[in-house]
Amino acid sequence: MSDLILDIRELHVSVDGKEIIKGINLAIKTGEIHAIMGRNGSGKSTLAHVLMGHPAYEITSGEIFYLGKAIEDYDVFERARAGMFLSFQYPPSIPGVQVGNFLKKSVNNVRDENIKAREFRKELNNAMEKLEMDRSFLSRYVNDGFSGGEKKRLEMLQMMLLKPRLALLDETDSGLDIDALRLVAKGINETAQNIGVLLITHYQRLLDLVKPDFVHAMIDGKFVKSGGPELALELEARGYDWLEA
Amino acid sequence: MSEDANNAVGDYKYGFHDPENATIRFDKGLTEQVVRDISELKNEPEWMTEIRVKAYHHFMDRPMPNWGNCSMLDSIDFDNVTYFLRSSEQTEKNWDDVPDDIKNTFDRLGIPEAEQKWLGGVTAQYESEAVYHSIREDLEEQGVIFLDMDSGLKEYPELVKKYFCTVVPYADNKFSALNTAVWSGGSFIYVPKGVHVEMPVQAYFRINAKNMGQFERTLIIADEGSSIHYVEGCTAPTYSTDSLHSAVVELIAMDGAKIRYSTVQNWSANVYNLVTKRGIAHKNAVVEWVDGNIGSKLTMKYPAVILKGEGAHAEIISVAYAGEGQHQDAGAKVHHLASNTTSNILSKSISKNGGRSSYRGLLKVNPKAHGCRSKVVCDALMLDADSRSDTYPTMEVSNSSADLEHEASVSKISGDQLFYLMSRGFSEEEAMGLIVNGFFEPFTRELPMEYAVELNKLLELEMEGAIG
Ligand SMILES: Nc1ncnc2c1ncn2[C@@H]1O[C@H](COP(=O)(O)OP(=O)(O)OP(=O)(O)O)[C@@H](O)[C@H]1O
Ligand SMILES: [Mg+2]
Repeated sequence: MSDLILDIRELHVSVDGKEIIKGINLAIKTGEIHAIMGRNGSGKSTLAHVLMGHPAYEITSGEIFYLGKAIEDYDVFERARAGMFLSFQYPPSIPGVQVGNFLKKSVNNVRDENIKAREFRKELNNAMEKLEMDRSFLSRYVNDGFSGGEKKRLEMLQMMLLKPRLALLDETDSGLDIDALRLVAKGINETAQNIGVLLITHYQRLLDLVKPDFVHAMIDGKFVKSGGPELALELEARGYDWLEA
Repeated sequence: MSEDANNAVGDYKYGFHDPENATIRFDKGLTEQVVRDISELKNEPEWMTEIRVKAYHHFMDRPMPNWGNCSMLDSIDFDNVTYFLRSSEQTEKNWDDVPDDIKNTFDRLGIPEAEQKWLGGVTAQYESEAVYHSIREDLEEQGVIFLDMDSGLKEYPELVKKYFCTVVPYADNKFSALNTAVWSGGSFIYVPKGVHVEMPVQAYFRINAKNMGQFERTLIIADEGSSIHYVEGCTAPTYSTDSLHSAVVELIAMDGAKIRYSTVQNWSANVYNLVTKRGIAHKNAVVEWVDGNIGSKLTMKYPAVILKGEGAHAEIISVAYAGEGQHQDAGAKVHHLASNTTSNILSKSISKNGGRSSYRGLLKVNPKAHGCRSKVVCDALMLDADSRSDTYPTMEVSNSSADLEHEASVSKISGDQLFYLMSRGFSEEEAMGLIVNGFFEPFTRELPMEYAVELNKLLELEMEGAIG
């Protein structure tokens, strides 16, 4: 078996008839961290949403293979159950649904093995400690009244508990204070050992802590340049203008 | 239970029925003689017969309400209703003495089990009368009276006479008149001064027969500084013809007393549920209605509180779920008669598959009631474009010192929420179930845990097949 987790070939995506992704190729292998940096509106979140199966986006051409299978016909929840995880740039709130209950159900949905209540509690405590989240969050409603940084921590908590094969992290670093950034980075590094990670970010400060294997610069729906970690430093220093033809 | 019955049940899991083994069944239809016969059969005091007959005439003379769902109301066939049906010769204190068919029903509904685990007392009504009744000894020793209404009238006629029809006069509306004329069963509760009934007491109402009319009557008196939590549940078999449930509930909270009355109404979709519920709160007393309406064809119910004594408080939390062919016309009424009285009303409704839910509210503040505060919040959630939700709030405020807040919202399930939950492995139906349960959570959390779990399951079941 190949260790290819994600394989995107010549992908074109439209929303409401407008083309947003204009030909992307990307292969992610087990253990690799790929970072995408790019201008606002260049299509980064769109790519993450399409990978997760958001119904509003139409794949006009190209293919997506996940764990060797074409996944175009997979529904969102089937992708989740197959080990895909998306950390949202803007996580919505679900009033009336308690975090603890939501986490338990999500874990049961997504993870294959049957996790006993005691074991789940242990994992939960452990992960919350790592993220320095107060236990009072468990009885609050999902993302309801959460600060920006709290929402991102909850996304990371979910990633740690759901143990995905492919983690799509859309600006997980935005809104985090300096200490939280360090905790989240630690969480990503631990989880990322044997999985594929696609990290969308605007800032080098996260990439100082989570070392990417590849960096892709995105402009107007395309990767205009790909390289190693040094590309991120260059983008940070020079911006995106120099990449435009 | 027959196979046919099983098949007819569909998604409604309480839709099964037992054979109808009536020991006494009145002919269908309502006449003065029927009313007198019910009273005679029960060996009632003269004054009760008189009030029944007066109520009967008022019912006959009074036109149907000209508001609400008039076409549904007009389709009630009062001549095709059985007004009294006795299925067991007496009210038993021991489940083993209850006739097998009936006992099985309550077993299936989980009542004896719940009683053992967490209830202070149980009354189980089957058709027109209570078939089982019991109260924990320690409550009895403290002087708490918890009886079915018929026994209440026999054993405590003065107490009943003193309060009967004082909160809801028979002429209050057409259906309170009907109930007063033919009432049977229901609960009678008296909590002595200063006694706190810690465990909830429960009444369970079951209609089994076709075209049955159930008219229970409940009267709860909480004496000074006492408290009680009363829970009622109700279900019926699924038939193709309609049944009628028309109850009256009267609550009296004396100075400093607290009554909470919780309902999870889950009638089958062929039941008309037309109920008058009202409480009086005296000085510093609290009356709380926690009212959930899931089933029935048409529900018209507006739990009310009259804040009669200074510092009294009313809390009305209600939810309604209207599915295909259902109309939940629910709401709340509060009348601030005294100064410094406060009220909170929270109403939540969900409409699906063409179902219709209406909120009808009335808030009154008397000219002499100073410093009153009230907050009303109405939230409606629409699951599709065919469904309907309306709000009819009425405010009659004649005192400028009143502090009133009113918020209303109508929302849909957002695509963002669905996508988020589905990305956590919930199917679309499961995601909707979760959002719907979350929407009702402010209500569910007020219920005893066992009820909350049951209600959540019920709603999740309702979401199945929600996706076209
Ligand atoms: N549902 C939609 N309807 C219309 N336009 C959309 C929709 N979704 C995305 N777009 C447009 O597609 C473009 C790409 O959006 P996207 O959110 O992918 O950008 P991004 O690279 O993530 O930006 P940012 O860095 O600001 O997060 C934007 O111009 C956006 O307005
Ligand atoms: Mg984005």
